Amino acid sequence: MARYYENTTIFNFSWDQVARGYWKRYPNPQSTHVLSEDTWSRQVKDGCLYTKRLLTKTNRVPKWGERFFSAKSVKIIEESIVDPEKKVLVTYTRNLGYTKVMSVVERVEYRPSGPGQTVAKRSAWIDSQVFGFSRAIRAFGVDRFRKNCNQMVSGFNHVLASMFPRAGAPPPVAHALKEMRGAAAAARATASALSGVQRS
Amino acid sequence: MNSIGEECTELKKKYDDCFNSWFSERFLKGDHDDSMCASIFKVYQECVKNAMKQQSIDFKEVDKDVLGTDSEFKVPPSDNSS
Repeated sequence: MARYYENTTIFNFSWDQVARGYWKRYPNPQSTHVLSEDTWSRQVKDGCLYTKRLLTKTNRVPKWGERFFSAKSVKIIEESIVDPEKKVLVTYTRNLGYTKVMSVVERVEYRPSGPGQTVAKRSAWIDSQVFGFSRAIRAFGVDRFRKNCNQMVSGFNHVLASMFPRAGAPPPVAHALKEMRGAAAAARATASALSGVQRS
Repeated sequence: MNSIGEECTELKKKYDDCFNSWFSERFLKGDHDDSMCASIFKVYQECVKNAMKQQSIDFKEVDKDVLGTDSEFKVPPSDNSS
């Protein structure tokens, strides 16, 4: 039996922005494990866009897993359907090869949720058929998947923020500068107060 | 982002640029004519297919459709009764 895992994420960007950003997700600071990305097929059918992409990623396994999973990289097939009328983007990814050792299937559905917000509902099925080790491999798979989720979300948010900088919200650098100036002013005030103490 | 074949990365970038502007400016606005990037896509595809052949990737497995078919995994019904 495959282990099932699900979670929900809110992106503070409109559905159109998320859909546009989806194709530009890589590279980002959190995606150093993604080695390549290619479009294998793409067509418009009944008003929906069907895409299949091939990704290669580095394969990070613990020492004990190397005997089952020695490959340095894994290939991943990503299918997606964009329905611009209903505003639904569904993605479905699976690993190519090594599926008996560990198969990871992920389905994500992006839908609008409130103004300027998009909800991503993520489901994952993780399975292994290695005799005597399937339980341990599944547990490892779920754990790694859970950790990767956070990276995936923050990487995607990084791309979205650079594609669609918010009017009103100061860019991070300006914000940091303001904070530093504030801290410097406070330090100067403290210093002058201290020197006042010494003089008296 | 790189292509799986080093020699295809330039073509991939050209195609991705074309696709991204088509997607934002046409497709999401209701224009479903996808001929805009067709010629660059064809050249890029040939390059990728050659690169995949060299890495002996199983085309049959790649071609298999899962999303939207009966083989797609279904989300288990949420258990509200308990």
